[in-house]
Amino acid sequence: MRAIRRWMDRIRPLFAPGGRFHRLHPIFEAGDTFIFTPADVTAGPPHIRDAVDLKRWMIMVIIALAPCLLFGIYNAGRQYHLANAVATASFWDHWWRGAIIVLPIVFVSYAVGGFWEVLFAIVRKHEINEGFLVTGLLFPLTLPPTVPLWQVALGISFGVVIGKEIFGGTGFNVLNPALTARAFLFFAHAPQMTGDRVWTVLADPARAAEGFSGATPLAVAAAAPKGSDIFAALREAGFTWQGMALGFEGGSIGETSLIPIAVGALILILTGVGAWRIMAGGMLGLIVTTTLFNALAGPAYLPYLALPWTWHLVMGSFAFGLVFMATDPVSAAATNVGKWIYGFLIGALVVLVRVANPAFPEGVMLSILFMNVMAPLVDYIVVQAHIRSRARYLRSFARG
Amino acid sequence: MDLLSLAVRSIFIENILLASFLGMCSFLAISKRMETAMGLGAAVIFVQSITVPVNWAIRRFLLAPGALAWTRLPALAALDLSFLTFVCFISLIASLVQLVEMTLDRFFPRLYHALGIFLPLITVNCAILGGSLFMVERAYTFPESLVYGVSSGAGWALAITAMGAIRRKLRYSNVPAGLRGLGVTMILTGLMALAFMCFSGIQL
Repeated sequence: MRAIRRWMDRIRPLFAPGGRFHRLHPIFEAGDTFIFTPADVTAGPPHIRDAVDLKRWMIMVIIALAPCLLFGIYNAGRQYHLANAVATASFWDHWWRGAIIVLPIVFVSYAVGGFWEVLFAIVRKHEINEGFLVTGLLFPLTLPPTVPLWQVALGISFGVVIGKEIFGGTGFNVLNPALTARAFLFFAHAPQMTGDRVWTVLADPARAAEGFSGATPLAVAAAAPKGSDIFAALREAGFTWQGMALGFEGGSIGETSLIPIAVGALILILTGVGAWRIMAGGMLGLIVTTTLFNALAGPAYLPYLALPWTWHLVMGSFAFGLVFMATDPVSAAATNVGKWIYGFLIGALVVLVRVANPAFPEGVMLSILFMNVMAPLVDYIVVQAHIRSRARYLRSFARG
Repeated sequence: MDLLSLAVRSIFIENILLASFLGMCSFLAISKRMETAMGLGAAVIFVQSITVPVNWAIRRFLLAPGALAWTRLPALAALDLSFLTFVCFISLIASLVQLVEMTLDRFFPRLYHALGIFLPLITVNCAILGGSLFMVERAYTFPESLVYGVSSGAGWALAITAMGAIRRKLRYSNVPAGLRGLGVTMILTGLMALAFMCFSGIQL
């Protein structure tokens, strides 16, 4: 460590103002503060003493995401062996195959996204922010494992540049950059992003295992005809509640299992990095809306209406989106009351899009993006209402 | 029930601003401040909810082929005046905005001053003319055109207030010099439209 420190100190003048590589200072600064705790202290008051800075904050999110990534790798390998009828595959074979499928996607996302981040940092002379480490990992976890790597590069480029950097970089974006990237891919390259065929890697599509359909629970539920029993339809396709909660099914890389997401949620809530109000509000929105739909359900309507909230919770990417995407502190609502409203509407919209919108099987991505757009308005209304109530309170004193 | 679903559809699913991109110029220009954005939104709801039904009546009783049959004059019964649609709609919108302006000035001076220049600007807001033309194209009945007028105006108002709130937040952002102002607002409008896609396709 000391040798690295000495080397860093020796080359520092090169990057200082007037030095030969001054333009590349953001890269030096990022490397320096990544390895060592910065020695810089604030020059003027006011001071806040806290061990948490942006870097630690973002690293907490990475730690919380790690279980999802690990499970995603394992599940991608397991699905591959199931779909291709490799009966001899062992536990470690699943890991190995999953790593071959998932790690290139993560690597491309980091490499291409990192390129844009560094380029903008150098040209615009701001620091390289660790927010990118989160975006670069969140984005691949929302992708189907079959996604072509050039699309990963395209998507993360759009997300980082249009979703974040043109607003000034980390902390200024209006929409969640990872979801912006995914939405861009979703609309620009729908055949590779949605459908029954994208969720499992097949060595040879003509020689898939017998009985392999590739459909997700969401697709099965949406396809159930009027008057049929949705639970029977799901069971027939091989989906049980326990199975979907454990997450051994096809889906986007990081979202299938509830358990690693719950571990991540716990880490985020305990460290205070993720807003529990948003998560609670989202759950409430989900429960209220599905209960409403359950009351409407009958033989004359779509059987999807009868699905209880516990099933909605384990299907698709609701839990992943609510824990890791909706709680992004930059694009979410900032006021406490606003967080409840923001979370609640996300939960309600997800169910609405799933059940009532035949155009999309899953509504988590677009619901969160929609509420990202509405979050500043929610905050504005909350703040104005607060100001009005305080003013009324003060006037009551003035009147005596 | 049909009227309710029409209202939801024209506010969220076929939002006149974010799905049809009508009324962009005043949307981009006025969304800079939250107060004016809300004022213009309210004014658009007001004007839209009057012009669409009134234009419906004009079209139905004056302009459509055979619309003058109620005069019982054989010379007029077969007349098709629909080539006058644009002229009539525009002049009705312009004169109505004038009337609204004078009424507000006389009876609600505070609201009139709060809206200022934005009230006459509504005349050239293409969302207003677009609303009337959609009404013709989709062959709405009178109650439908009334609901459509109110709710398409409300959809426009929702979009401009959301944009106003975002730009309020954006004031603290470090946007690249070349994109400041209109540039970043245009991109934001595109991203907003992307987010509104979550409603497109809902069958009511």
